[in-house]
Amino acid sequence: MPQILHPRDAIVRVTRSCICGSDLHLYHGLVPDTRVGMTFGHEFCGIVEEVGPEVPNLKPGDHVLVPFNIACGQCHFCKQGLFGNCHESNPQATAVGGIFGYSHTGGGYDGGQAEYVRVPYADVGPTIIPDWMDPDDAVLLTDVVPTGYQAAEMGGIQRGDTVVIFGAGPVGIMAARCAWLFGAGRVIVFDHLDYRLEFVKNYAPAEVYNFKEVDDVVVFMKKTTDGLGADVAIDAVGGDAKGNFLHTLFGPKLKLEAGSAIPLHWAINSVKKGGIVSIVGVYGPTGNMVPIGNVVNKGLTVRANQASVKRLLPRLIEHVRVGHINPKAMITHRVPLDDVADAYHMFAAKLDGCIKPVLIPNAG
Amino acid sequence: MNAIVETSAIHGWGVDADPENDPTYPMRDQSSEGNLKSSWTPPQMQETQVEILQSIEYIRRPAVAGTSTPPSGISGIIRRAAFTYSESHWFHWLMLMGADRINVVEGVLHDLTRGKIPNIPREMGVRAEWRHNKQGRVKKIAVTASLSGALAAFALYKRKKEPAPSALPAERASGAPRRRLPAQDKPD
Repeated sequence: MPQILHPRDAIVRVTRSCICGSDLHLYHGLVPDTRVGMTFGHEFCGIVEEVGPEVPNLKPGDHVLVPFNIACGQCHFCKQGLFGNCHESNPQATAVGGIFGYSHTGGGYDGGQAEYVRVPYADVGPTIIPDWMDPDDAVLLTDVVPTGYQAAEMGGIQRGDTVVIFGAGPVGIMAARCAWLFGAGRVIVFDHLDYRLEFVKNYAPAEVYNFKEVDDVVVFMKKTTDGLGADVAIDAVGGDAKGNFLHTLFGPKLKLEAGSAIPLHWAINSVKKGGIVSIVGVYGPTGNMVPIGNVVNKGLTVRANQASVKRLLPRLIEHVRVGHINPKAMITHRVPLDDVADAYHMFAAKLDGCIKPVLIPNAG
Repeated sequence: MNAIVETSAIHGWGVDADPENDPTYPMRDQSSEGNLKSSWTPPQMQETQVEILQSIEYIRRPAVAGTSTPPSGISGIIRRAAFTYSESHWFHWLMLMGADRINVVEGVLHDLTRGKIPNIPREMGVRAEWRHNKQGRVKKIAVTASLSGALAAFALYKRKKEPAPSALPAERASGAPRRRLPAQDKPD
């Protein structure tokens, strides 16, 4: 049972916790300083069990969704709405703020794939779940929905823009859905898993293509956009991407680069000159083989970050309320927490049509 | 534009369209009510009983920290060494990646020394594999067994083909007298 260690801490009893595509980067050993014995899980919601003396906005019994960012709310970065870059929550790394259950590079906090979690800065992050909201929607608002939304937002999408998204996992699916909210004229999604492409085709809806059936993704994108390229390209995959033998060898297999950078190659090379590349896929911190020369020569703008969940939550809760977004439709599996190892394997190996697994503590 | 999706049918289409959303978010508005400054009153410091490694890029420790799994053992020694380099230094990350691998071995040894045999197939989700990918699993097992069998058969065949070396030449082994080698002609 975790303890209150700071006056602004709370202890939350977890009622739902997800496995995220980013967890697979930990699972596959791509994130440095992932220590044996640490609890993973940065997408969770639950019931407040205990609060520290400086958490006036919560009380035991409150049902809360907990953003994956651990943010103080008062540092130079939180003041700008960069809650994913808090400077007061991660001693081990300056690049990113604290993240629940995401290695010591993410601050060394135990995560939500557990029965109880210590939540630092509980007066800032946790948000009380509205009475009308389904808890399945709530748990997806802790990461996957804001990340997909911010991917589209960072694309600076203008009305009528063509947006290409690499990856039809939960974040890519949500990015495709949210691209329409910003007024996209065309949304194209690439992946190699037909069942996921089928899902996003119906859910977003989007044009979908299996990159295994396309000779050259970049040439295909140029040909389908009058020879120019997409206005906006989104990398919604990160280091576990498939699609190029050498990147898979140097990245996930040999760990010589911080994951496979093939989605970045495709994004940079298939977006038009002067276009925007938005990156929410997670890569390790070492380095990647990226065609930065093309970024320069094409005059591209690259925007990237961990989603700033707290900044986006009010807008996203409203989107869920009015029906613009239906997050829970992505949940394909509910698994007892005791079977977490099987859930990880199922999600990593893409078995049984898995898109989004949710772990339920004490489900037995 | 060759759109195949009819946007007018999409509930919420364009509701967040923002012509001002150029690629400059977040705007660094110094005059905002946030009164953005490069220094701020830090939160109260978390007191901690465990060792927290800290990036040398910080001028002071951030106020809160995770206390999960403090550094220990050989991996801990490597991790401490890694934190003498900045995050910009490749060694920092490579040492941490190496420590992670050593930590896995330490974890297994830790279990064994406490009489717990780690169920690695179970931890790797073999039940899910069996439940949802029986055919693939059987194929993997069959291929692995075939390859292993072929290698074993090849090794046995090679052993049979080579006569077993005896300790002595055949004549000596049967008790025959040692034969002298012919004397070499010496040059005059």
